[in-house]
Amino acid sequence: MSTVTLTAKGTHELYLEAYNVTPDAFAGKTADEIAGLECHEGNRKGKLGEYFDIDGNGGETAADTQIIVKGNCKKIKRIGQQMTAGEIIVESDCDMYTAGWMKGGKVTVKGNVDSFCGIGMAGGEFIVEGNAQNYLGSAYRGDWRGMTGGLIHVKGNAGNDVATFMRGGKIIIDGDAFLHVCTHGEGGTVVIKGNVESRVGGQMVKGDIYVYGQIKYMMPGFKYVDDVEAEAVEGEKLTFAHYIGDLGERHSKRKGEIIYGNIYLKK
Amino acid sequence: MPKVIKNVGCPYCGACCDDVEVTVSDDGKRVLEVKNVCAIGTQIFMHGGDHDGRIKLPRMRQPDGTMKDVSFKEAIDFTAKTLLKAKKPLMYGFGSTNCEGHAAAARVMERAGGCLDNCASICHGSSFLAIFDNGYPSCTLGEVKNRADVIVYWGSNPAHAHPRHMSRYAIFPRGFFTGKGHKSRTVIVIDPRFTDTGRVADYYLQVRQGHDYELFDAFRMVCHGHADDIPDVVANIPKETILEVAEVMKNARFCNFFYGMGLCHSDGRNHNIDIAISLTRDLNEFTKCTIMAMRGHYNITGPGAVWSWQFGFPYCLDLTKKTMVHMNPGETSSVDLAMRDEIDAFINIGTDAGAHFPIPAVQHLKKHPFITIDPSRNMASEISDLHVPVKICGVDDGGIVYRMDNVPIQYRKVVDAPAGVPSDEEFLDAVYERMVELEGEGFI
Repeated sequence: MSTVTLTAKGTHELYLEAYNVTPDAFAGKTADEIAGLECHEGNRKGKLGEYFDIDGNGGETAADTQIIVKGNCKKIKRIGQQMTAGEIIVESDCDMYTAGWMKGGKVTVKGNVDSFCGIGMAGGEFIVEGNAQNYLGSAYRGDWRGMTGGLIHVKGNAGNDVATFMRGGKIIIDGDAFLHVCTHGEGGTVVIKGNVESRVGGQMVKGDIYVYGQIKYMMPGFKYVDDVEAEAVEGEKLTFAHYIGDLGERHSKRKGEIIYGNIYLKK
Repeated sequence: MPKVIKNVGCPYCGACCDDVEVTVSDDGKRVLEVKNVCAIGTQIFMHGGDHDGRIKLPRMRQPDGTMKDVSFKEAIDFTAKTLLKAKKPLMYGFGSTNCEGHAAAARVMERAGGCLDNCASICHGSSFLAIFDNGYPSCTLGEVKNRADVIVYWGSNPAHAHPRHMSRYAIFPRGFFTGKGHKSRTVIVIDPRFTDTGRVADYYLQVRQGHDYELFDAFRMVCHGHADDIPDVVANIPKETILEVAEVMKNARFCNFFYGMGLCHSDGRNHNIDIAISLTRDLNEFTKCTIMAMRGHYNITGPGAVWSWQFGFPYCLDLTKKTMVHMNPGETSSVDLAMRDEIDAFINIGTDAGAHFPIPAVQHLKKHPFITIDPSRNMASEISDLHVPVKICGVDDGGIVYRMDNVPIQYRKVVDAPAGVPSDEEFLDAVYERMVELEGEGFI
């Protein structure tokens, strides 16, 4: 695997849109060719070489390419957007749309990420060692097809609107989340190891939500049915109170049985 | 002899009353009297025309901090240069101007490669997000007047914010199928505060602040046959009341929800509207039900209509790529752009960002060139580097405006503006032409 190391120079005055920082764009390119790739600072079109020191060549394919991003990336958007394979490691905080619409590969952010990260994700793995802001693993505005696959693991807290319109894949949040988890959910699994304020599973059609802490305000549309033993995260078999809902939403039938969304609250 | 002009549209709120009678002076420069208009609308008409209180020339900030009158030509040049120099300029406002002005602004910002946003961004923008996600089963105010027999005001207070809404459209008028006026209508008001609108309600539900989403869910449970599973109290409303009010809605001939800031700007924002739309859809299994946003300014629906037609998105437009438009409120919305210090020039037009934005946002904006285009002095104009006075749309300028139900109405000029003062469209078109000239001269 070839490694390309980018070091942010911090020369951008506004936010930088580094949508070409992906193994897909770097594959088969030398360091000089990578430096010539396009990026945007406001309405000024620039080259990656103006904003990053670039060291190393890309691999033959995206899967053979690893990108390590150093320096302060707090004001850099769209790293790893739409990547299909390979690996990105960001050693600082980074901004919006990190790993957005990702289809494969792995992105690791060692700091915090802002909003809209992992949005519309279809595959791959996205690890955040710090906190994530709002709209983690959510759908783009107006899209009824949110996250369809892959894994998001946030080791800190997340904000509002986690997994809106989720249809598949898994999100694990080690800390807390605030409002709206899996709203309009149509599948997939969300695991929150901390507490949630309210509106867990609102308008949810299908899917599973595991909460290890407290839900401060439970939706009225969720009904307790039984206690179950389940393994939300591999190797952690626990007992949960099982709720079904949202009873105020449409639900399909399978083999004559109505399929509800599920909330599992740790006992 | 004073002239009476009838059927004039009022440039105050989204109800767009178009039955106003205006009496103007002999010389056509002052409004003497207005009829069929609320107290706020009256004041707007009285401010129009050519009188001593009007600002007639642009005012430019000087190095010593004072403001000095300059020519419109200098103001146009300064604005064009500011836009061309900026990497990410933002133009925000448009609640109080006509659609011609919105279209001109879009031409300017597309050329400049900046962001373009309207007051919906801090108002009913969250409704747009819900509409993108869940559709908009709406109607016109005429249909409400003629057909609706159950009116729900949720998180809105028209008694103060849209003073003639209840009397012209929703509660009191006698329509084709609502011949008994307010006697043929049931009014439901849902609000954490007992407002003046609450006083006319047959059912007043004092929902717990920030828990509207849960109450909608409970109403939806009734529609989906799960009434028995509703907890005893939801959002401070007893189960019996929820069931009673749900029956009123289900048994209506025509039910309409009017909702305001109380819903789209309490916790959850777009999701509150989203579930309200879902409830509207559910109620259509039983009766006819529609939903309508209580849009604030008389033409805040306008930029949504104009820009959706031009660019495909109603607000929060990011035109920086010039070849494509990007929209994502939370990122491209004015307050977020300002709070994150993402922009480097700001134009405030037909609104008052100085009064409406959070203080840290205004502090960030003030670090960069700050221009206000507005007929009056306001908080934004007083901190601006340039304040450009323009005509007051609906009083000394005509044009197309969109009412809250997306019905376009032709507004009329009733008095003359001070000589030389341009309309928003004329000023912005001149800025566009100057930008083209400057680009030709190799300015950047």
